[in-house]
Amino acid sequence: MIELDNVAYSYGGDSLFADLSLQLQPGSFQFLTGPSGAGKTTLLKLCYGDLLATSGSVTLFGKDAATLTRDDVAMTRRRIGVVHQDCQFLDHLPLTENVALPLQVSGRTHEAEGNLTDLLAWVGLSRQADQTPPQLSGGERQRAALARAVITSPDVIIADEPTGNVDWEMSQRLLTLLIELNRMGKTVLIATHDLNLIRFAKSQVVANVLRIKGGRMETGVTL
Amino acid sequence: MQLWALLQGDRHADRAVPPTGFTARLTVFTAGAMAFLAVFALALSVATGRLADRWAAELAQTSTLRISAPVGEVDAQVTAALRVLETTPGVGSARSLTEEEERALLEPWFGPDLPVDSLRLPQLIEIVETGDGYDASGLRARLQAEVPGAVLDDHTRWRAPLIDAATRLRTLGWIALLLIGGAVAAMITLAAQSALSANAQVIRVMRLVGARDAYIARAFVRRFTLRAGAGALIGTALGLLAVALMPDGDTGGFLTGLGFSGTGWLLPLLIPPLAAAVAFFATRAAALRTLRSQA
Repeated sequence: MIELDNVAYSYGGDSLFADLSLQLQPGSFQFLTGPSGAGKTTLLKLCYGDLLATSGSVTLFGKDAATLTRDDVAMTRRRIGVVHQDCQFLDHLPLTENVALPLQVSGRTHEAEGNLTDLLAWVGLSRQADQTPPQLSGGERQRAALARAVITSPDVIIADEPTGNVDWEMSQRLLTLLIELNRMGKTVLIATHDLNLIRFAKSQVVANVLRIKGGRMETGVTL
Repeated sequence: MQLWALLQGDRHADRAVPPTGFTARLTVFTAGAMAFLAVFALALSVATGRLADRWAAELAQTSTLRISAPVGEVDAQVTAALRVLETTPGVGSARSLTEEEERALLEPWFGPDLPVDSLRLPQLIEIVETGDGYDASGLRARLQAEVPGAVLDDHTRWRAPLIDAATRLRTLGWIALLLIGGAVAAMITLAAQSALSANAQVIRVMRLVGARDAYIARAFVRRFTLRAGAGALIGTALGLLAVALMPDGDTGGFLTGLGFSGTGWLLPLLIPPLAAAVAFFATRAAALRTLRSQA
């Protein structure tokens, strides 16, 4: 589905990483870990077409990311649900409209009516439906971001430090939601530096752990 | 179809972009002010066009023969002149003005009590031409030979610059309209760019969830198009009111003739849809250009 082959990325001439390869197989569950600044977020951005690799090739659903038109990138992102580290909401809109935004931009507004209520109940935010993002707590925002990421039933879910701002109990709840999605057949890639979270996940699902360290990728990491 | 979709709008796309009070007010005010000015430019253009046509029509068909001769010879020269004119091809009719008509001509300058009898005024003969007119130089040559006190004035000397001035004023009116349209486009482009820059985060979020540029642009385009249309509607209404309140054109002066007549009053109604169309294309171009540059 998503394949990175010998990919390198540089910020202003400074190499962040080089010769990284990654394959997201359908239905897989993978963790991406590594120290802060190792390039986890950058790697995820390459996976959903927000950045272009300095060298190497990135293939998104069978298409070379470097040759995608702007409309192609938009269409590709509709197949990937992303939970951003800072959630990225439209602060002037209530939670329901934020969560339904991916459906609206893809002209599937009619699907929101039934799905939205169930989805907000699933992430435990039914009572907060009319609140705006600034009125939500960190955990509520993370769950709302997860709801928005999955509302279009995407093939792939990418989460960047989805438990970064929440306590352990909430982290477990969020991870459980992601595991449920994986059991429904979704491909999941989570960037985190929380090893306890990875251990918790591995106790419930077959998960592969990748680590970026010193600009290189280590696969099959054991904790 | 696209216009209908634009007017209908997409409630969700509209709501995704937060309303920006400053650019909204700026757009409505500028479109209104420009529409107000456009009504006057249009009025000027239409009125000068009408004036030029009227002057050309009225003056092109008439000319004047002025006979200045010693008192005892006036009648003989008038008779001779009329005889010459009767046999001149292109002259439809010719008649000597009466004393009352000459007094009426002089009245605007000297008042109604002018003692015409005691003044030595030249006798005037009014000539009405047929369709193609006469050969002025040929007629002058004949008059010089047969009526030595006659001076032919075919109005060419002062008619041409007047018509030229009116035609140029009309052209200037149209140029003013074009400049107003350009100014509206420039202002709306700036306002749209400002709104797009102010909403960079909104645009980023919309892109991250899969919005195409056309979808994002649509929210801005519809907003600016409707604002410009509404502003232009208000400006046009006020402009029409101002033109309607201008002094009556029956007094004959140029300034009092500034305005519309008959179906001409419908012309300014084109201004609001044209302003909206200008806003539509200006915002669309600005939005797509800015979105490309923000990639």
